[in-house]
Amino acid sequence: MNEIQEPSLAETTPVGTSPEAVHDEHAAHNVAKHVRKYLLVGATLITFTAITVFLSYVNFGTMKANVAVAMAVATFKAALVAAIFMHLSNEKRLIYRILVFTAFFVLGLFFLTYLAWYDPVTR
Amino acid sequence: MEIPYTVTARPDTGLWNAKVGIWLFLASEVMLFGGLFSAYVFLRLDAEPGAWPHGLLNVPVGTMNTAILIASSVTVVLAWAALKMRRYRAYWWYMLVTILCGVIFLVVKLAYEWPQKFDHFGAVIKKDKLEKYEKYLGNHHLAEHGLAPRMEISGHLHNKEALNDPNAKEYEIAMDPVNADPTNPAMDRPHFLYVPPTDKIATVEKEDVEYANMFLPKHSAYFASYFTITGLHGAHVLGGVLVFLYMWLPVSKKVYKRNPEHLANRVEVAGLFWHFVDLVWIFVFPLFYLL
Repeated sequence: MNEIQEPSLAETTPVGTSPEAVHDEHAAHNVAKHVRKYLLVGATLITFTAITVFLSYVNFGTMKANVAVAMAVATFKAALVAAIFMHLSNEKRLIYRILVFTAFFVLGLFFLTYLAWYDPVTR
Repeated sequence: MEIPYTVTARPDTGLWNAKVGIWLFLASEVMLFGGLFSAYVFLRLDAEPGAWPHGLLNVPVGTMNTAILIASSVTVVLAWAALKMRRYRAYWWYMLVTILCGVIFLVVKLAYEWPQKFDHFGAVIKKDKLEKYEKYLGNHHLAEHGLAPRMEISGHLHNKEALNDPNAKEYEIAMDPVNADPTNPAMDRPHFLYVPPTDKIATVEKEDVEYANMFLPKHSAYFASYFTITGLHGAHVLGGVLVFLYMWLPVSKKVYKRNPEHLANRVEVAGLFWHFVDLVWIFVFPLFYLL
């Protein structure tokens, strides 16, 4: 769709949603349920911060192994933040589409770093 | 002119506009930080064995700052939840705690962590002179245990004038414990607690030094990436604090009175930014402090 007509949208918007008061009450109830979850996630994140500090003093053989362990913990923490705090566990399709593009390009960016060592002549 | 879809969803996207806007912005932020992180990966993988430093940052302080940032992520989501439940008073308090957490984070960074680095000194010894300073480097001991060599003598510089004075022939360094007692197995890996420089002095001749500097961005690829990434991250924290301050001040109560959902959405959007800043820190902390 290229041209959106404001008046027709203004008419259709309220029809799709429940009346404002009912909607609010419903939303407030849902939010109250989530508060406990937010606190729990916060506590988990702080616990895993302590775990990652502890693990960094454990010798996993090579520095590469230690980096891999720390990055695994960090990715888990980041996923929690994104899924719960940033509501990505339950978001509209458009947001996911934006993020798929972002992931594609940021992976491409890191791949460029890898290409820095590409040497077809002397390898 | 009324800005459309601040509260109700736009039918074609199914979202109110600011939500799409902030996610597009965060997508560009991912690319911004992604570029810096890939530079970090490049510099680190390209570093010679022993050249990438470990254990130079204060881990307990960094851990505390991590916890503070996580706590502020919790309080901002609680502030948003309070608005959704129409509890303005609770919102006000959660917001205040969030702002204070952000301020504490910045103060620790700018008034403690960074200045401590600016005051620290390191001299990287020329490869053919390493043997001469073996008693401070302990490389025989390290080689025996299959560990990367040390090339730097660090600590507090006693004669700071030597940095710029071409007539000064040597640096007098009150050494860090790692150089004061290099063959002690306890020094093979970084310490959790910060250990201050000892009063044992090493005299390092300038002509034996590859390069020597305070722990500034120009000191090494490590500190260049550390100051760049934590600096940009700090700027984001400052930006978040300023936005939260605006939403906490009485001007925003007017928005709340006109339409509470509008303020809730603003807080949600600012919160998304804040969580992203937290998420970046989750990677910064292990990469620079721990590994």
